Amino acid sequence: MTDATLSYRAQRPPIKRTSTMIFLGTLTVFVVLVTVLSGADLISTSFVKLLGKTLCLALAAVAMDVVWGYTGILSLGHMAFFGLGGYMIGMWLMWARTEAIVQANLATQSLPPTPAELRDAIGGQIFGVVGTSDIPLIWSFAHALPLQLILVVAVPGLLALVFGWLAFRSRVTGVYLSILTQAMTLALSLYLFQNDSGLRGNNGLSGLQNIPGFENTSQAWISLTFFWASALALGLGYLLFAWVVSGRMGSVLRAVRDDEARVRFLGYHVESFKLFAFTLTAIVTGIAGALYYPQAGIINPGEVAPIASIYLAVWVAIGGRGRLYGAAIGAIAVSLLSNWFTSGGVPDIDLGFYEIRWTEWWLVLLGAGFVCVTLFAPKGLGGLVDLIARRTDPDRQGAYGPDTGAKRTSEGAE
Amino acid sequence: MIRFLLAFLLTTLSAPALAQADLQTILQTHADEVESPGRRTVAPVIEDLLASGLPSVPMFLEAWQGRDIVRNAEDGLFYIAGAEKDDTVTLIDIASKEPVATAPDAALSEARPNGGVRRVIGAALVQFRLSDPDPQARRDALASIARRPDADQIEPLRGSLDTEENARIRAEKERLLNILVARFGATTQARVDAIEALSGSITPDARAALAQILETEEGVGTEAPGGNVAGPVTLSPDEAYARLVDEGLAPPIVTPAAIRDAILANAEGDSVAGIPLATLNTDAARRAAYDRLATDGRASPFVTQAQVDAALAIHRFDAIYTEADPAVTEAALASLSAVERQVALNQTADLALDAISLASIYFLAAIGLAITFGVMGVINMAHGEFIMMGAYTGYVVQQFVPDYTLSLVIALPLAFVVAAAAGIAMERLVIRHLYHRPLETLLATFGISIALQQLAKNIFGTQARPLTSPGWLSGQWVANELVSISYIRIAIFVLALAFLELLLFILNRTRLGLEVRAVTQNPGMAASMGIDPDRINMLTFGLGSGIAGIAGVAIGLYAQVTSEMGANYIVQSFMTVVVGGVGNVWGTLAGAGLIGVLQKTIEGFNPSNTLAAQTYMILFIILFIQFRPRGIVALRGRAAEG
Amino acid sequence: MSLLEVDGISVTFDGFRAINGLSFVIAEPELRAVIGPNGAGKTTFMDIVTGKTKPDSGKVLWGEDNTNLIGQSESTIARAGIGRKFQKPTVFEDQTVRENLSMALKDRRGPFAVLFGDGGNQARLMEIAEEVGLAAHVARSAGELSHGQKQWLEIGMLLAQEPRLLLVDEPAAGMTPEEREHTTDLLKRLALKHAVVVVEHDMEFVRRLDCRVTVLHEGRVLAEGSLDHVTKNQDVIDVYLGR
Repeated sequence: MTDATLSYRAQRPPIKRTSTMIFLGTLTVFVVLVTVLSGADLISTSFVKLLGKTLCLALAAVAMDVVWGYTGILSLGHMAFFGLGGYMIGMWLMWARTEAIVQANLATQSLPPTPAELRDAIGGQIFGVVGTSDIPLIWSFAHALPLQLILVVAVPGLLALVFGWLAFRSRVTGVYLSILTQAMTLALSLYLFQNDSGLRGNNGLSGLQNIPGFENTSQAWISLTFFWASALALGLGYLLFAWVVSGRMGSVLRAVRDDEARVRFLGYHVESFKLFAFTLTAIVTGIAGALYYPQAGIINPGEVAPIASIYLAVWVAIGGRGRLYGAAIGAIAVSLLSNWFTSGGVPDIDLGFYEIRWTEWWLVLLGAGFVCVTLFAPKGLGGLVDLIARRTDPDRQGAYGPDTGAKRTSEGAE
Repeated sequence: MIRFLLAFLLTTLSAPALAQADLQTILQTHADEVESPGRRTVAPVIEDLLASGLPSVPMFLEAWQGRDIVRNAEDGLFYIAGAEKDDTVTLIDIASKEPVATAPDAALSEARPNGGVRRVIGAALVQFRLSDPDPQARRDALASIARRPDADQIEPLRGSLDTEENARIRAEKERLLNILVARFGATTQARVDAIEALSGSITPDARAALAQILETEEGVGTEAPGGNVAGPVTLSPDEAYARLVDEGLAPPIVTPAAIRDAILANAEGDSVAGIPLATLNTDAARRAAYDRLATDGRASPFVTQAQVDAALAIHRFDAIYTEADPAVTEAALASLSAVERQVALNQTADLALDAISLASIYFLAAIGLAITFGVMGVINMAHGEFIMMGAYTGYVVQQFVPDYTLSLVIALPLAFVVAAAAGIAMERLVIRHLYHRPLETLLATFGISIALQQLAKNIFGTQARPLTSPGWLSGQWVANELVSISYIRIAIFVLALAFLELLLFILNRTRLGLEVRAVTQNPGMAASMGIDPDRINMLTFGLGSGIAGIAGVAIGLYAQVTSEMGANYIVQSFMTVVVGGVGNVWGTLAGAGLIGVLQKTIEGFNPSNTLAAQTYMILFIILFIQFRPRGIVALRGRAAEG
Repeated sequence: MSLLEVDGISVTFDGFRAINGLSFVIAEPELRAVIGPNGAGKTTFMDIVTGKTKPDSGKVLWGEDNTNLIGQSESTIARAGIGRKFQKPTVFEDQTVRENLSMALKDRRGPFAVLFGDGGNQARLMEIAEEVGLAAHVARSAGELSHGQKQWLEIGMLLAQEPRLLLVDEPAAGMTPEEREHTTDLLKRLALKHAVVVVEHDMEFVRRLDCRVTVLHEGRVLAEGSLDHVTKNQDVIDVYLGR
């Protein structure tokens, strides 16, 4: 009875705490390394940008892992939240920058502009490309960074809340839910593709790499700052999710994944927990998007097309779902590899009769590799950690996900 | 025929003075206008020519229109230019059509009617062509009248009616006559009758004629207007006041732009009316400055809201028909509303055809999925790529078999074989190992999907490849001006029906179908009864994939073949199956029908924006699943609740 | 006084009438055994009471103020005080015994309460683990337990919920004779304070419970009374022997 007096958390297997420390330690070392290399001009600004973007994707993947690997909801729409976060910050970036340009232009006139004239000029600049100069209602807060930052959190959060409430309430689960989330992101991208969506249709928002107020700061510094911010966000997000999936919350979420009907009979309102996980991860994904797109410089509706969200799931699966570091590793590995292959970094192979150009064959390789991971290494890259740690992982011997219900040893099965 | 017409023209168009004159004489009286005609000056020439009733007039007009008329400088006469040889031109007499002389090229001046004149000449010619023995010429003449309706055409048209033997052209002539009489008829009664006769016609020109009769002019005044009043015009106060300003009945409202202009116009150095320009960065400050200018008389004063209201109170805005006869406009109104009802009805019919055709495409794209996903519960994200494979198979076959009909006959079964083989290979190699992990099946097949797409790109390139349909499938079936559908869409519809039948037959009437159903419902029991679930799963998957291949050929004929064509259909296909209800061919039909009809209906509200239609359709589906989570045709019972 | 009153419920699956005008009352405290042949509607009855299945007609009244439970969600009903133990042990095999029990412990159930909560009363948790003989196994994964231990874990989870009404489906299946005895004792002890409904096939087990017995057949109550009383009932004999 002595352990009864110990707190619950003290009883938790130490592996997760250790893995969190290792992850954060590695991240810190990585950040220091990149900072030093960049300071010594050994890596280019664009490479720093790439690394910063990759960290944002890793944060989205960690969030995806919480909602899929832990809660069992295979959301094929999480990149919609990523994109919305990007759009929200992009609105401010574009507005503030256009405002500065317009002000500079109008300052040369003898008559100083009125606020209304300024607004009209900004509207003409931003929306001229979709044939209007009227400023849509959704841009009402675009002039104020704090308000738009609130929207970065609020818009993905609200969309997730409303969509999740509708979907979970009607008890759509498994594959059906995946298709429904896919439909959500498809609807969003089709909507954004329209010229009268108020977000410049298929032109999207551009010039986001120019941060208003820092026109005289070099892109090298801006990239490095965003890299730090992305690393910080990844670290904080990782801590947040490590906390969420530990303790009783983690326990309930995994129980929902394995057998949600049983969780109901324990008195838990399963829908609320799903909604909690879905919305929280959506918000974090939105924040990741808000950090990603200023580094990417442009966002357009193609970014929220269903395929982007499927890729997110692919990263998590390759990294190994059900462990947060696995998701991060998967996202970083695949997106860096993808970049390496598609940017022509890998030498082409001349077979004599045919030359394999990796820019053309990378997707074939990725697809095939992905099939192999699903078939032969369902634990993903994270499974390697088990091999190194010589952990047989006794709490992970059955199938993943809600597909087969609670994992049963053969004796419990029918 | 022409003789008859000319005799008729002689009696109806009375111009006795010129009736006996010779063609050349008439032309000589208008020599300058014939030689270099202008759009305005040409009218009297043509009037005289028509009035003459000479048999050679049509030929002359044709030659004139064709720029074949020359004037010989030596005798000043007009000829038709014949063959030219060694700078010498054969001259042909305009009346007898006989070669009568030759002249050096240099001596001839060509009559060069410009485009406008040639149109006027053409209109005059139409009257002759209405009775041309060639039906196509008559149709052209009618079309030409319909393009430029004119009061003068009533009589020739009516005259040509009696002798018209072709029933369709006759009906067309009657319709056109009604349109002409409705607009230009001599008596009110004739016009009203014609207008009433138009009420059953949905052709655009009939509608245009009615609309033209109902054309209004919007007037403003302080008193009730005279004339054939259509009614008051509803305008917002801003619009109404703007009208008053346009009519010069009220001073314009001083807009921010006007203030700005006035300030800039009256600026002295860097100040205006003693106020520094630099301080004028708000509307209020600018208004104050403008007010000073107005007090000084350098700008028109502000118009107050009270002034606006007062001006609006004393004026009224009415629409007045340009057509003076109230009986005519009334009949036209009634006729137009009847026509509009007809048009709405026909548009709905056309929309319904579109919807059915779209539903057929969705059905074709989704039906293979209904089998693999619906019956077997396998999420195949590469389903779209099987569609693509089928389409590319069709394309490749066309490269080797140039006859489009034959190539189609070869391509359809071949597409089935290719896609089915790919499906079976995928089932054996990948899906078989993931049967109890549907979400992982989804991801693995997604991997296959991106690999196949990229492979197709590597093989066939990124540009779209055409899949040409045979001649008998091009063109469209036209019911009337508003309702039409292309044969290719009809073929797709028929194909969809055929598939429905085939699948129902396979699933309900064959041994394979029985075994498939048995395996679906209880694999353990089926296995114990000697059915090999592995074999059944393989065959079912092959069947579903093969059908996707055939669908690919059909879709390729209607759209273009690209490596991404399958991906465009995959989400819609899943939604079709889910909305319809999983595990049921009828469900897929219902789902495809619902989505097709829905998308076309939403498009009907705003035809230019298909993106919005798709967005709203998906939102509708998300909501629909709230109320029927198991689809339209839902399995019920205890099993379904598990 | 009655804690749960099931009043004239009927439910049909695809034309098959699984429950046909069933009425049933249980008081607090009371121990009741429900028996019946396969397909008598025992599981469906439990599904209806716990909110898993919605009946076509009838009422399920609960507690002092007679709330109708029909139409309420499973979790609301569970929180109201109805606990269920499944026939097949359904514990979360992926998690430790401690995590399983901790999830079941009576505590606030909202997402934020769970997130910011301290994991529940650990003393109480160990007490229950002791009761079901799993104190030595709290750190083990539930999947590694034997079938009997899983049964005990599930009973432990039921206890941890502190329900007023316990619906127990075949608790003794797969247990050793000693374990069965322990189960009987436990159920009897629980029935001193709670309402306990036990669904069981094993007549010997029912006899040992020594309580009122309700016999279900074709979705309705065929007989009710002591075991001796119902086994003398001609209808019951026909159903059990004459099929």
